[in-house]
Amino acid sequence: MYPSRFHYEAPRTLDEALDLLQAYGDEAKVLAGGQSLIPLIKLRFAAPAAIIDINNISGLDYHEEDSDGSLYVGALCRHRTLERSPLLRSKHPTMSATAPLISDPMVRSRGTLVGSLCHADPQGDWASVMLALGGEIIARSTGGERVIPVSQFVVGPFQNALQPGEIAVRARVPAPRGTRSGTYLKLERRVGDFATVGLAVALETSGGTINRAGLALTGVGPSNIQCTAAEQALAGKTLNASTIDQAARLAAEAAQPKTDVRGSAEFKRHVVYTFVTRALSNPQARAA
Amino acid sequence: MAQALDEIKIGGLGSSRKRVEDDRFLRGKGNYIDDFKLPGMVHMEILRSPLAHARITSIDTSKAWQIPGVHMVLTGDMAAQHNLAWMPTLSYDTQAVLATDKVRFQGQEIACVVADDPYIAKDGCEAIVVEYEPLPPIVNPYQAVAEGAPIIRDDKEGQTDNICYRWEVGDREGTERAFAQADLVSKLELHYPRSHPSPIECCGSIADYNSATAKLTVYMTTQAPHIIRAAVAIVAELPEHMIRIISPDIGGGFGNKVPVYPGYVCSILCSILLTRPVKWIEDKTGNLISTHYARDIYYKGELALRKDGKILAVRFHCDSDNGAFFSDAQPTKFKLGLIHSAFAAYDIPFGYMTAQGTYTNKAPGGVAYRCSFRVTEAMFFQERAIQAAAYDLGMDQAAFRRLNLVKSHQFPFRTPYGFLLDSGQYEKCLDVALNAIDYDDFLREKEEARAQGRRLGIGISTMTEPLGAGNSREYDILGIKMFDAAELRVHPSGKAILKIGSKTQGQGHETTFAQIVTHELGIPAADILVQHGDTDNTPFGMGTYASRSTPVAGAATAMVARKVRAKARKLAAHLLEVSEEDVEWELGRFHVRGAPNNGVSIQECAMAAYGNMPDGMEPGLENNAYYDPPNMTWPFAAYIVTVEVDPETGVWDVLRMVAVDDCGVRINPMIVEGQIMGGMTEAYAMANMQFITYDAEGNCVGSNYMDYLLPTAWETPGFELHEVVTPSPHHPIGAKGVGECAAVGGPAAFVNAVMDAIDDTGVRNIDMPLIPDRVWEALKYRRDISGAPPVKSDAD
Ligand SMILES: Cc1cc2nc3c(=O)[nH]c(=O)nc-3n(C[C@H](O)[C@H](O)[C@H](O)COP(=O)(O)OP(=O)(O)OC[C@H]3O[C@@H](n4cnc5c(N)ncnc54)[C@H](O)[C@@H]3O)c2cc1C
Repeated sequence: MYPSRFHYEAPRTLDEALDLLQAYGDEAKVLAGGQSLIPLIKLRFAAPAAIIDINNISGLDYHEEDSDGSLYVGALCRHRTLERSPLLRSKHPTMSATAPLISDPMVRSRGTLVGSLCHADPQGDWASVMLALGGEIIARSTGGERVIPVSQFVVGPFQNALQPGEIAVRARVPAPRGTRSGTYLKLERRVGDFATVGLAVALETSGGTINRAGLALTGVGPSNIQCTAAEQALAGKTLNASTIDQAARLAAEAAQPKTDVRGSAEFKRHVVYTFVTRALSNPQARAA
Repeated sequence: MAQALDEIKIGGLGSSRKRVEDDRFLRGKGNYIDDFKLPGMVHMEILRSPLAHARITSIDTSKAWQIPGVHMVLTGDMAAQHNLAWMPTLSYDTQAVLATDKVRFQGQEIACVVADDPYIAKDGCEAIVVEYEPLPPIVNPYQAVAEGAPIIRDDKEGQTDNICYRWEVGDREGTERAFAQADLVSKLELHYPRSHPSPIECCGSIADYNSATAKLTVYMTTQAPHIIRAAVAIVAELPEHMIRIISPDIGGGFGNKVPVYPGYVCSILCSILLTRPVKWIEDKTGNLISTHYARDIYYKGELALRKDGKILAVRFHCDSDNGAFFSDAQPTKFKLGLIHSAFAAYDIPFGYMTAQGTYTNKAPGGVAYRCSFRVTEAMFFQERAIQAAAYDLGMDQAAFRRLNLVKSHQFPFRTPYGFLLDSGQYEKCLDVALNAIDYDDFLREKEEARAQGRRLGIGISTMTEPLGAGNSREYDILGIKMFDAAELRVHPSGKAILKIGSKTQGQGHETTFAQIVTHELGIPAADILVQHGDTDNTPFGMGTYASRSTPVAGAATAMVARKVRAKARKLAAHLLEVSEEDVEWELGRFHVRGAPNNGVSIQECAMAAYGNMPDGMEPGLENNAYYDPPNMTWPFAAYIVTVEVDPETGVWDVLRMVAVDDCGVRINPMIVEGQIMGGMTEAYAMANMQFITYDAEGNCVGSNYMDYLLPTAWETPGFELHEVVTPSPHHPIGAKGVGECAAVGGPAAFVNAVMDAIDDTGVRNIDMPLIPDRVWEALKYRRDISGAPPVKSDAD
C-alpha cells in the first residue's frame, strides 16, 4: 500500500492525543483499529495530513458494567474481545450475536466498536446494534466530555457528530428495563462481507410484556435506520403472530434500500420483513 | 538377494509424498517477484483510466517530472517512438500498451512513472493531468452490435463494427436434418458471467537491461517463460538469446499469468531507457480491473431429442464478450478456444456451433482460468442443457445421462465436433457418484420435504474435457507448436536434476515430476531436484496452463528418463560383463537375465557413466526429450450436489457434494485431491458469489476483494472425493490432466442442484452467481433471471 505522505503521531496519554488533535485541527485522523481508515488511505480515498494513533494509550481497552447495570465499551476494545466476552454472552444477547458476524477473525482482532461507530459506514453493524439498544458515545476534547446518543452521533454516511479536537473515548449501553433478549441477523454474501441486510433486535421485557423494543437496520439506507414505528408498535405489547407481523411490516416500510449488485430494493425490503419475523418469533436465534 | 524397491516408499508413482515446495512456502522462504531487490533498482507505477470509453484530448506530465525522485514519466507517445505503444496479442489482434488515442476500458494503462520508491511513483501518477472527451460505453455484446453503437476499435483500419471474429464448427446440414426428425427440441439460453482468475499474488516484473552486455533479464510472474521470451523478442525487437526470463516462485496463476501485459512491457522499456533495473508490482485493483478476465459468454443452444431420451443432435451459438482487445490466450486455430468440446461426453451423432466475438469497453482477455481454453464454459452449457432436456422429457436426470453417455466400449470415440476421446468409464463414474450420494433416498427426501414447504434439490454434472494441448498438427501459439521438453542429468552419485519447460504456480511440479523420474529409474524422489522457470537454464516448453503439464511435460519427463535408462542399460551390461540383451530391468536396478542376484543399481550405473564407461562410449548420463502428444487426454468426472434453498431469503446451503474423478493414473494422490478440492472451491465460488460485472457507465464492479468475493473455508462446503482409474492409452504413464476438472465441471452441479430445488416453478435458468436476490426473484416471479451487465440500479 502506498498512501500519500502523512505525519504519524503515537501519543502515550489521552491528554497528549487531545493536544495533538487540537493542534492539527481537522487535518488529523484518529487511528484505532485501522480496519476502515487504512483501506481508505491505501486507496488514497483519504489523505489526512496527520494520523494520531491511539493504540499506545493505556486504559482504553475495556468493556465493563457499572453498578447500575450500564455497559461501557472503551475506544480500544476490539471486536474479538466482545465476541469472546462472557459478560456479553450472559447479559447482552444482541451484542453477543453481532460480534462474530463482523467481518473475519483478522479484522475482528484489530477493529473496534467505537471506531466502527465513528466511521459511520451505513453498512457497519455496530451502529444498528447501538441504535437498537439506545446507546451513547462519550466524546472528550481538551475542554471536557460530552454525551451524544448514537441516534444523533451518526449524522450521515461516513459522517459523525464529533467536533475537530474530539475523541470518542467510550460507548455506553444503558441498563435494561426488565429482561433483555434479542439478536442480530445478517444476510451476507460471504463471511467477511458487509451486510446486504442486517437487523438488530433488542427487547426489554417483564413477564412477556415488552417494556422497550429496539429495532434497527443495516445496509438498507444511507445510514443505519432505527425502526421507530415498529418499536412503538411493540412497546407495551406481547409478542404474537399479529404484533410480529405488524412490526415486520413497519420495519420493511422504514427501510430505504437501493437496487445494486447485492440485490434489488424489493428483495432487500422482503428480507427485512423476513428477518424481523424470524427474530421476533425466536429472539435468541442467530442466523443467515 | 537384492530386495525389490518399494516404489511408494521411494516416492514413485502413487506415492502421496509431501510437497517439497511447501517447506519453503510455509516458512516464508519462498522467493516471489517482490522479494527480489537488485542494485540500483527503481520502482514503476501505472496511471490507469478512470473512464471506460473516452477520447484522450491531452496528457500533461510536467508536474510529475518535477517531483523529486521521479526518473521517468512514460506516455504512449513516447512508447510509440520505440514502436511500443501497441503490441500484438496472442489472438492476432493488437493491444494498447499505453493509450494514445482513446481509453477503451476502465483501468486501461495511460502512463507510468518510475521513481526512487513506489510512494513517489504513485505521487507522480497522481500529478499527471489527463483530459478526456467521454464516449458512450459498451458493456455487453448486444450493445456492441446494436445500431449506432460507437466503434470501439477505430484504431484498426477497415474495422466498421464491433465484431472481432466469427467462427463455426461442425456439420450444419446433418444437424439440421437431425433436428427435423426430433420429437422434441429442448432450448436453453444463459450467460456465463465474467470472472477473474485472481491469483493472490498480483502480476509484476523486474526488468534489468545491462547496457554493457546488452542482455535483458526479466524477472516476472509468468506461467509460460519460454513463450514469453519469444514474445518479448518479437514485441521489443530484441535478439532472443540476449533475453532471459526468470519466473521465480509464483503466488498463483490460474491462467492470469499467461499473457503479456502492458506493465511488463513498460518495465522493460523503462529499464532499457534508464539502463537500471525497474520493478513493477501491480496492486490488487490493477490486477482485477486490467489483467485478463475469463468466461463472459452468452449461450443459446438446443438439443434435438427422441421421445425415448436419445439425443439426436446439438447446435448452439455463443456470443463472447472479448473486451477492448481480442487477446485470448489460445491456440491459433480456435477462435473461442475449445468451446466445441461441449457435449463431448455424450454420444450425439450431429453437432453444429457458431460463435461471434465482440469488442466491448471492458478489460481484454479470455484466459483459460483453471480451464483448457473455454472448456469451462463448454461443460457448463452442456450440463445445464442436459438437465433442462431431462426435465423437458420428464425423464430422471441420471437416467437421461446414462442413456446418452459414451459407453466404455466406444473408445476411442470421435465427437461430432471432431475431437477424439481417448478412454473412459463414464457410466461407472456416474454409478459411483449416485451410490455415494444415496440418490434414490435423496429423491424421496426431497419429495417429503417439498410436502412440508421445504425446498431440497440435487444437481448432477458429468463431463469430460480435452487436456494437454496439443498435438503439433492442430495446436500452436504464435506459430510455435504446442509440445514440451525435459532434460535429465544424473550425477555420478546417482542424484539427479530434472529441468522442465513448464512452470509450477502451486501445482507441485517439483514434487510430482520427480515422482515420474522415480517411477522410470528407481532413483528416490528425494534425490531428484526439479528446476524450471529460467529460460537460460531449462529446455523449451509452452508453459503451465490448460492442465497441460502432466500430459505434455510429464510425458516428456517419462520419455527422457527412458532415454537415460537405455544408456544406463548399456553401462549395466558393461559392469555385469554380459550383452545388453541379457540385462533385465527392475525398478532401480538391472540384473542378469535368470540371475536376479547378479545386478547393479541405477546409482552404480551413474557412477560408471563418469568413471568406468566402456571404451568408445560418450561419458555422462543425461539426455533430453521433446514430447509432441498424439492426442489430448480426456479425464472424466461425475459431480453431484444436494442443496436446500430458503425460499424467503433465496439463500441456499450445500448439504452434500460428491466428486468422482477419473484422471487416469494418479502420480501423487494427495496432490490430485488437493487440485480437486481447490477446483471445486472455485466452482462453488462461481456458482454462489463470484463475478465481475459493470455498471452502465462501464465502471468495473469487483475491483477489490470486498466486491470480488473469494470464498473462505467458512462457507465452502466439504467435498467427498472418490476415484475411478482409466489410464490414458497414449500417455507414457497413463496419466491425464486433472488440475481443472472440478472448476470446469463443478459449477453446473451446484447450479443444477438449485434449479432442481425449484423445478416446479417453470424457471429454466438463473444466471450465475446464484446470489440470494436472484434465487428469490426467480421463485417469486417464476421467471428466468439474467445476470448480464450492466448491473441493475434504481433507475431500472
Ligand atoms: C475486510 C473488512 C471487512 C469488514 N466487514 C465489516 C462488517 O461486516 N461489519 C462491520 O460492521 N464492519 C466491518 N468492517 C469494518 C470494521 O469493523 C472496522 O474495524 C470498523 O468499522 C472501524 O473500526 P476501527 O477501530 O478499525 O477504526 P479505524 O479504521 O481506526 O477508524 C475508522 C474511522 O473512525 C475514526 N475513529 C476511530 N476511532 C475513533 C475514536 N476513538 N475517536 C474518534 N474517531 C475515531 C477514524 O479517524 C476513522 O475515520 C470491515 C473491515 C474490513 C477491513
